[in-house]
Amino acid sequence: MNRTAAPDAIAADTKPWRDPGAEPFIGIRNITKRFDDFTAVDDVSLDIYRGELFCLLGGSGCGKSTLLRMLAGFETPSAGQILIDGQDMARVPPDRRPTNMMFQSYALFPHMSVEKNVAYGLLREGKSRAEAHARAGEMLKLVKLESLARRKPHQLSGGQRQRVALARALVKQPKLLLLDEPLGALDKKLREETQFELIRIQETLGVTFIVVTHDQDEAMTLATRIGVMNEGAIVQVGEPREIYEEPNSRFVADFIGSVNLFEGRAGMAAPDMMRIDTEVLGPVNARPRPGLTQGQTVWVAIRPERIGLSREKPADAANAVPGVVEEVAYRGHMSSYRVRLAGGQMLRVTQSNLTRDVDPISWDEPVWASFTPAAVRVLTE
Amino acid sequence: MARGWFLPLAVVLGFVFLYAPIVSLVVFSFNESRLVTVWGGFSTRWYVALFNDRQILGAAWISLKIAFAAATIATVIGTLAAFVLTRFGSFRGRLLLTGMATAPLVMPEVITGLSLLLLFVSMELTLGWPAGRGLTTIIIAHTTFCAAFVAVIAQSRLRDMDESLEEAARDLGAGPVRVFFDITLPVIAPALVSGWLLAFTLSLDDLVIASFVSGPGASTLPMVVFSKVRLGVSPDVNALAAIIIAIVTTAVLIAGLLLRRSMRRPQ
Repeated sequence: MNRTAAPDAIAADTKPWRDPGAEPFIGIRNITKRFDDFTAVDDVSLDIYRGELFCLLGGSGCGKSTLLRMLAGFETPSAGQILIDGQDMARVPPDRRPTNMMFQSYALFPHMSVEKNVAYGLLREGKSRAEAHARAGEMLKLVKLESLARRKPHQLSGGQRQRVALARALVKQPKLLLLDEPLGALDKKLREETQFELIRIQETLGVTFIVVTHDQDEAMTLATRIGVMNEGAIVQVGEPREIYEEPNSRFVADFIGSVNLFEGRAGMAAPDMMRIDTEVLGPVNARPRPGLTQGQTVWVAIRPERIGLSREKPADAANAVPGVVEEVAYRGHMSSYRVRLAGGQMLRVTQSNLTRDVDPISWDEPVWASFTPAAVRVLTE
Repeated sequence: MARGWFLPLAVVLGFVFLYAPIVSLVVFSFNESRLVTVWGGFSTRWYVALFNDRQILGAAWISLKIAFAAATIATVIGTLAAFVLTRFGSFRGRLLLTGMATAPLVMPEVITGLSLLLLFVSMELTLGWPAGRGLTTIIIAHTTFCAAFVAVIAQSRLRDMDESLEEAARDLGAGPVRVFFDITLPVIAPALVSGWLLAFTLSLDDLVIASFVSGPGASTLPMVVFSKVRLGVSPDVNALAAIIIAIVTTAVLIAGLLLRRSMRRPQ
């Protein structure tokens, strides 16, 4: 690599989606899937780049699994085109695609040992028995299961089964690995460990991953980029930070993390500040956002952790509203508050417990909630 | 509590109703006396007499051959029908096939037997096959209704089976036929074995259909027993019945156990 390259060039190298000239590895072009009169996937277009760990995130029935199954070849698109490495997948059956899938149920063959499960794909590829078993052994080592090679799936724990499924899906070194809720069946603690394990394996092998999940935490932890889906359509695509900090709609803001949303109208705009007139919070000072006309209906979205609480009105705050603490939940690393505003609406606030406060704000106290213009995200839809 | 005695009583009465005739038959098969209804002491003489009866042994051998062949063919056909019905989605004539696959289950045996007899006769006249009636025609006739039973059992197992197993095998590079033999068949195998056993016992038991489509020299065991009983109940028939009950019970028990094991998910 050129050592004198500008920082931007490096960013484009590790984040190819920022480089407009980069060649996508997977091209999903205007894909639609209809089941009878129900449209599961509605005109989705998406570019995914080599080496990415892309998360399709959405609630149940949003079409994310159907999209994944179309990539694997189990469903035929009603319209549109799927390109993998430049090759049109329309007439390629699942057993001929350069993809492998890890199923939500793991789908381990119950009548085969762990080793045979993993070696199955290699044998179908025409590898010799000896080579297939050697490679299966290596793969089991990668997922740390080499000691359980002779067990049957029903003799394994949930976490072990998950790793067998992963090893089986990776052993053929697919160009693209599709994972359907890979951590969905694991308990919380195991899930957190496995998330990092998944990232480690993905980076070791350099395979492109597409992960379907309904769990926003999981998506935030795993993904290089997230595609948020709703009702069969992709609502927003971006890096986890973008999705969280700069949601493009109320749906995304609300789906990822928790957020305070208030309706208002775009007011006066200055070069460095604009005003949104809301009924609940009164006038809100926000960063200017181009393309708004005065009087247009907008929504302000404020993350709970971006709001400060104080007993006195902060003198220099750009935005401050009075309220009364209705509820406090102590959650160890942070505390969540529900503050009742003058109009009766609730404002969610979280404060991190960095220091042990000798006199924390408590129930029924009148407080001021303050936030900076940068904490306010103005949404038009 | 009223339930304290009612439930056990109901169970006892139920079992007596179901099994008293069978138990009395088995008991009387060990009767010394020639009179079927008079107890004359314990003896196994009717079993000995039975095993010296060439006619009965011959008929038993024919019945076993028919049951084995019919159950095997029925298992193949029934499995294929079930696979098509559960895995091929909707296709033209699916509803018709669903109905037809299970029709022999509800069709009165007399009608099935008569219709098959008419078919065989007219086939012999037009095609020259099957030449006369006998073993072959009974096997064909038994296959038709046994296949229906196997299809029902295999269908329920296939519906129960996680389809992503088959998809996973496709995904790993196996073609559809390969998937059927590598994954589907081993997974549903216990259900198919139990289907085979059920078909075997059904064929062994059948009297009505066999009587219609049988010919000279191909009398099955139930046919021989029936003709013997018409001339008066002789105690050796009791012994024969006891043996048949033992065989059928064993087969049905194994079938049930296998079916239960295959339904139990290894989770």
